[in-house]
Order: sequence, then C-alpha cells, then structure tokens
Amino acid sequence: MKKLIILFVFVAFGFTAEAQEKGSVLIQNATVISITDGDLEDTDVLIRDGVIQEIGKDLRAPRGVETVDATGKYLMPGIIDAHSHLNGVDINEGRNVVTAEVTMEESVDPNDVGIYHALAGGATTIHLMHGSANVIGGQGETLKLRYGVSQEGMKFEDAPRTIKFALGENPTRVHGQGNGVQPRTRMGVEQVIRGHFDEALDYKRKREAYLSAKEQYDRRGRGTPPVPVAENLRFEVLNDIIEGEILVHCHSYRSDEILMLMRVFNDYGVENYTFQHANEAFKVAPELAKNGAHTSVFSDWWAYKFEVYYSTAYNASILNANGVINSINSDNNQLLRTLNHEASKVVRYGNTTVNDALKMITLHPAIQLGIDDRVGSIEEGKDGDVVVWSGHPFSIYSKAEMTFVDGKKYFDLENDPDDMRIQINPGTDFEDGSNYREIVSSRDEDACMQDAFILFQN
Amino acid sequence: MKKLNIFVFIAALLFGLTATAEAQITEKPEYGKFAITGATIHTVTNGTIEGGIILIDGEKIVQVGQNAKITPDYKQIDATGKHVYPGFIDSWTALGLVEVSAVAVTVDNRELGQFNPHMFAFTAFNPHSASVPVTRVSGVTTVLSHPSSGTIAGKAAVMDLWGYSPDSMAVKKSGALVMSLPSSGGGGWWDNRSEKEIKEQYERQIKAINDFIDKAHFYNQMMNAYEANSSGKTKPDFDPRMDAMREVLSGDVPIVISVNREKAILDAIEWIKSHENMNFVFEGVQEGWRVADEIAEAGIPVLTTTLYTPGRDYDNYKRPYENPGLMAEAGVKVAIVSNDTENSRNAPFEAGYAAAYGLGKEEAIKALTINPAEIFGVDHIIGSLEAGKQANLFISDGDPLEPMTNIEHVFIKGFKIPMTSRHTQLYDEFLNRDAVNE
Repeated sequence: MKKLIILFVFVAFGFTAEAQEKGSVLIQNATVISITDGDLEDTDVLIRDGVIQEIGKDLRAPRGVETVDATGKYLMPGIIDAHSHLNGVDINEGRNVVTAEVTMEESVDPNDVGIYHALAGGATTIHLMHGSANVIGGQGETLKLRYGVSQEGMKFEDAPRTIKFALGENPTRVHGQGNGVQPRTRMGVEQVIRGHFDEALDYKRKREAYLSAKEQYDRRGRGTPPVPVAENLRFEVLNDIIEGEILVHCHSYRSDEILMLMRVFNDYGVENYTFQHANEAFKVAPELAKNGAHTSVFSDWWAYKFEVYYSTAYNASILNANGVINSINSDNNQLLRTLNHEASKVVRYGNTTVNDALKMITLHPAIQLGIDDRVGSIEEGKDGDVVVWSGHPFSIYSKAEMTFVDGKKYFDLENDPDDMRIQINPGTDFEDGSNYREIVSSRDEDACMQDAFILFQN
Repeated sequence: MKKLNIFVFIAALLFGLTATAEAQITEKPEYGKFAITGATIHTVTNGTIEGGIILIDGEKIVQVGQNAKITPDYKQIDATGKHVYPGFIDSWTALGLVEVSAVAVTVDNRELGQFNPHMFAFTAFNPHSASVPVTRVSGVTTVLSHPSSGTIAGKAAVMDLWGYSPDSMAVKKSGALVMSLPSSGGGGWWDNRSEKEIKEQYERQIKAINDFIDKAHFYNQMMNAYEANSSGKTKPDFDPRMDAMREVLSGDVPIVISVNREKAILDAIEWIKSHENMNFVFEGVQEGWRVADEIAEAGIPVLTTTLYTPGRDYDNYKRPYENPGLMAEAGVKVAIVSNDTENSRNAPFEAGYAAAYGLGKEEAIKALTINPAEIFGVDHIIGSLEAGKQANLFISDGDPLEPMTNIEHVFIKGFKIPMTSRHTQLYDEFLNRDAVNE
C-alpha cells in the first residue's frame, strides 16, 4: 500500500512537472538591463524554480544550479509581443460582425516551429490575437513561448482575458463591402459597438431578472415558472468587457476612429484598453493620455493601405513624449524575431531614450496584457524570463545567445540545430513549392486579415 | 448660377490640391560648391580615409582625399567625427510605381499581358510619391524601381530620389528587363494536375518564352542588317515589343529573373545556358546558399534580402541572414535590397543582418553601393566616392547599418537635399500638438 501511495505521488508530481517545467540558473557578470532600475554593470541574476530570486554581485550558485558566465554580455527581460498571430491555427471567425464568444484558446498550435524561431530572437511571451475582420472579434490568449510543451502548458497562467476589436477598413471591407451588411462605414462601426453593448445590457437585465425569479420559484416550489431567458455567451462576454474583466485590444488606424472608441468606452465605463497598430495615434496623443488609453504600434510600417498613408515612423516617440504607454509589436512572424531592432528605430525616429524604447518591448506590453506583476523587467520576485545577448540588444550585430522562460533554457545559440520541428507531417513537400514560403514582397495587408480573404470571393 | 458654383468649387478644389502639394517640401535644396571636411570617408572602391576631404562642384564629386585645397567659394561642412558614404542603392523596389499597395488605382507596376518588354517603370515613376523623400533622408539615394507581372513585366529603371521629373531623376531609363520563369514543380494540395500535365504545362510555358526570344533575335538581326546598310531595302515594320528586346539581346540591359527555391534556381541556370550574349541577374534567391557554387560558376549576380522566415520549416532560422554571406563566399556578386516599397529605407538594416551573419561590414556596404551599380551598368556614375562620379552621398554620425545611427546630410546629384519628409513634418506638427504662438 505504501508503495502504491509513493507511486501515486510520483505520477501526480511528474504530471505537474511536465505541465509547468521551471528551471534554476545563475547568470553571472552581465550588464543587466533591468528596465525598471537602470542598467546594472557586472551583475549576477539568480533564478530559482522559475523565479528571479536575487540580483546582486558575486552571488553563489546553490548546489546543482547551473551557472552561465555572461561577462561582456547583456541580460534583458524576455521580449513581449502584444500583437501576434504566430501559432494561431485559425485567425478570423469572419462570418459575423460581432463574435465575442469565440476564443483563440483552442486555436493554439504548440508545435509551430515559429515558436522556436521567436525564442531565437529573444521573445518569451506573445499575445495571440484573433483577426480584425469583425468589429468585435474573438478573445485572445497570452502565451509563454514554452516550445515543446502542450497547448495548455503554453498559457500564461492567470493572465487577464483579452479581446480584439477592429475599426476602419478591415471590418467595413469584410462585412459592408464583402457581405453587404453594416458596417460599410466608420459611422456604422460606432453603431455596431453601441448597439451590441446596449443589447448586452438589456440581456443582462432580463437574464438576471429571470434568474432571480427562477431562484424564488425554485425556493418556493409553487406558482408560475418564469419565462426562461436563455444564456447567451456573446452577450455574457460583452458584459464582461463593460464590467472591466476583459482587456480590449482594438485594431485601429485613423485618429477619428480612435477618438470615437474612447467616446463610446467613456459612455459605457470601459477602462484599460489598448489601441493596436494605431498609426494615427500620434495625432490624438493628448486625448489618449487624458483617457489613460494605451497604444501598441509598428515601428515604421506605413502606406500599405490608405488608412496608414498619413502616418509617420515618429509615432512611438510622439506618443511616449506625450505620456502614452506605448509598445512596439510585430503582427508578423519575421518581425517578431527582430523586435529589438524594431524598438531601436524608436530611438532613430524621435530620439526616445534607449531605456524608454526598451520598455516598449518589455514592460509596456506587459502592462497592456495585465501581466506586469510577473514579467517585463528584471526584478526579484518576477518570472525568470530573460535573454542573454552577445552585445547591446539594439545593435544590429548583437545576437540572442540564450533565452530562458521560467528559468528553463529554451534556446541556446551554441546548440541550435537546423531542424527544430516537433511534429513532422510526412505529406509536407518543400521541394515542389507546395509548402514552401516564398519571400513576401510589398505587403498590402496586415496579418490580421488571415482567413478573411475567402469572404471576398463573390 | 449653378455652373458658376461648380466652377468655383473646382477652382477651390484645385487650389486646395496645389496648396497641399506645395506644403510637402517647402525648404529648397542647396546646390553649388561644397567641401566636406574632417570626416571618415568610406570610398568603397579605394578604402577608408580618416579625416579626409570631399569636394563637390555642381553635380559631381571633384576631389576625394586626405589633402585638398579649399578655395573660399566652397561652402564648408565640418564633418569631424562623422562618416561619409556613397548614397545607398536599393536595387529592388516598386518605389514611385506603387503609392498605396491596397488601393488599386495607385498601383502602376502591374500591366496586363504576358510579354511587355516595352513597359517602362521610368514612365510611371511618380517623382512626387510621398515615399520618395521618406526614403532619401534615410541615405538611400537611388533605387531600381521595377514592374512585376506576367512573364516579361517590363523594364526597371535606375532612379535618383531627387528631381521633378523622371527625366531628371533617371540614372538609367532601361536598368533591367524583369522576367519570371514558370515553376517546374506542382502547386501543392490544391493543384490537381497530374505529373504529366505539370511537365507539359511547364514545357509549353518555357517554349512560349523561347519562341518570344527567338522572334526578338530575328527582328534584331533584321533591324541590324537594315541599319548597317539601308540603301535599296524596305524598312522592316516597327514592333514595340521586339524593339524593346534589342538592348536586352545585345547584353546592354540585364534580365532580372526572380527565383527562390533551389530547384527553381537550378532550372533557371540551365535555361540561361541556352541564351548566349545576354546578361542575367537573379532576384530573391532565398535558397542561394544551397547552390551557391552553381550560381557563382554561372557568373550570375544576385539581388537578395535577409529579413524573412526560411522557406522550409526544417531550415535554421539563421539561413536567410547567412545567405548573402554564403553566396559571396562562393564568389557570387551580391546586392542587398529592400524588396519593399514604402520602406525601401530599411535596405541598410537588411544588409546589417547579412553583415552580422558572415558577409562582414565592408561587403555589406558594397552590397548597397558599388555592387548594384556594377550589376546595372551605372558604376561609372554612382556607387562609390570617387572624383568624377556623381555626388550621391550622405553624412552619418556612425555605422549606417545600425538602426540607431542618424543620417545628417544627404546629397543627390550634387543637391544638398532638405532633410524633411512626410514623416518628419508630421513629427514637427504633432510632437507638441496644442502649443500656440504667444
């Protein structure tokens, strides 16, 4: 019997260990880019069981803990991408203007080799988003890039729920132009949001009245049973948004639509939201700052569609100077691997300080995803998500040498085999071009429109 | 009355448009005699000169060296501690042809038809594209702007990014003929053709190209014969397509072929063997590293980029970064390009990745300057800092392959251009949006 119990304990423990593998490591003599406490020269960082336990000089490795000599190297927090479609199986549920009930939770491919490629670029956390075909799209999923772990195991534990909204050309093209239903214009987009919020509030009132009447009826056990109001997941989610339980990340470009959504959100009391892409956010930076709205932008993409034609690579610097919490995102699997250099362009365009630019790929996206208590800086008590760089991460000649998630090394430049696929589909043939990815020349879409093109076929 | 209203409306509209256009760049360029002093001069072709001097007179560089007599009529630019490089050349972009790629009416790089050698990017190059100033202030002073559709898309043009007409901007109107070869492979699971059908279709498409080129040869011979001695002969009928092929058949204008996969590269090399006297350039060349020796042996230069994900899931993510270096090592002449339109300005950072992953800084700079200049036959005009060449150059405060380096001054054809663009103007307007003049 005793043996059986021990076996049981082993099995149970083994299970937990696999789901959430955490590591320990002592990184020595690095220039530590702490983000919140400046750059610390010649400093050690001790990560134990996935958590940063100590930052200091001449730390000693506890028994059995591996040490990494990072003399002459830089250690920075893992890069966080607030806008990614990296390993999404499906991106757009494009057949309705509002699809709040849909989530990316089950649309995660944990075996996508792109996860490893992203780790090799120093990224450790992504916000896997629904696409931008719908005014109110699906809910997102915040993932740690624990490559080789299960779908469930990639989830950023206890990260707040998020949802995608989309304004402007994408929803008006998909639904107005493609399907002949509202919205065809930016006027329509506003009313779609207001209309659905109002309906959701009506639903909530009726549903709650019904539930309390039913409770009374069940308790009494007599009288006329109340007419049921069926549960509606879409409206439940919309109410969760209004009540502040879900962080809104809104695909947007033009300044007028950004102002529109802030007006709507003020009317319904929605707080804590981030404008994604937001190429014209710089035009309304004072209003964004006043409302405490955040932005997550490209470093320099512009002019690929009309709503980004009157924009500037100085967007991030203007937002930063006006006190808006801004992040730099990729929305693209290649850009995700070079987000450090994307952020360095914020210094180029507008002389933002290096540390402020670094915040845009670490602390700021963490704030926008509601996970800044766990990641986004190197501080004692935070997760051991760190990257060793050969030189300053903003230099084009620097390479990520090691990437740790929860103190576990997921990438090592010294041991970087060519074929890092976990799952190999024998039917995949790269020779004849069927699965071969050609270089994409001049973009005319953001990745947010994946899966939505089929809607234009008739 | 109604008519008058419309007239007033149109007049107002036109006035509005003019006002907007004029508001773009209000600052004028400077032109004349300039002496850049104290700089580290990266000549590209003759090494690096510390604390050197460059003299510019009109559109030309007149002297590059350690010592030069600066007469008082030269306007001095003290560049102590700064660097001078030849203007970068982005030799694969649709700049000037495509304004907003998602708006079809602003896309002028895709003509209808399969064989269009007589379509000139030069003709549709919009000197007033908002992307032109955005690009040039980043140190990219010249581009190869190319059409892309059908089998023969047309002629790409080598264009300087300062001027008010394609004529004043063109370094070379016929920079290259842009062509694509059919794929000999299948098209994936949705491709329901049999292997036989795939093969037949490929051969049919190749034959169509060969026939077109054979006809062009015939036309060329006929015209050459007539031009050599026209007495007593009837002038052959003019054919714009065939005529546009003449400078290609003679080898004066290279043919750029876009190829990426290993097999496509090898197929193209094989096909080229049967087309003598013409010059070929490969573009894309994603898997060049797999067949670098074969490309080198065939003597075909390449236009390539670095920031993309590998074509095959089992290849290391580093291969795209290493590709230019591996090809150069095998002896291939490499030019690094943006393969972008509005962000042609990022070509230097593509080159930075190549530099970091094997190509080295010096070769990476060549890949943005003298190499593309040689590939497109304009190296006697641009591509290095030498006396007698056109004054296309920039002054930076550091290594121009680093994103944090600032480009401080840009000269194009001797014009010291205003360092403003839509991007800087929006910055100036909106950094402190609500500030007012007291």
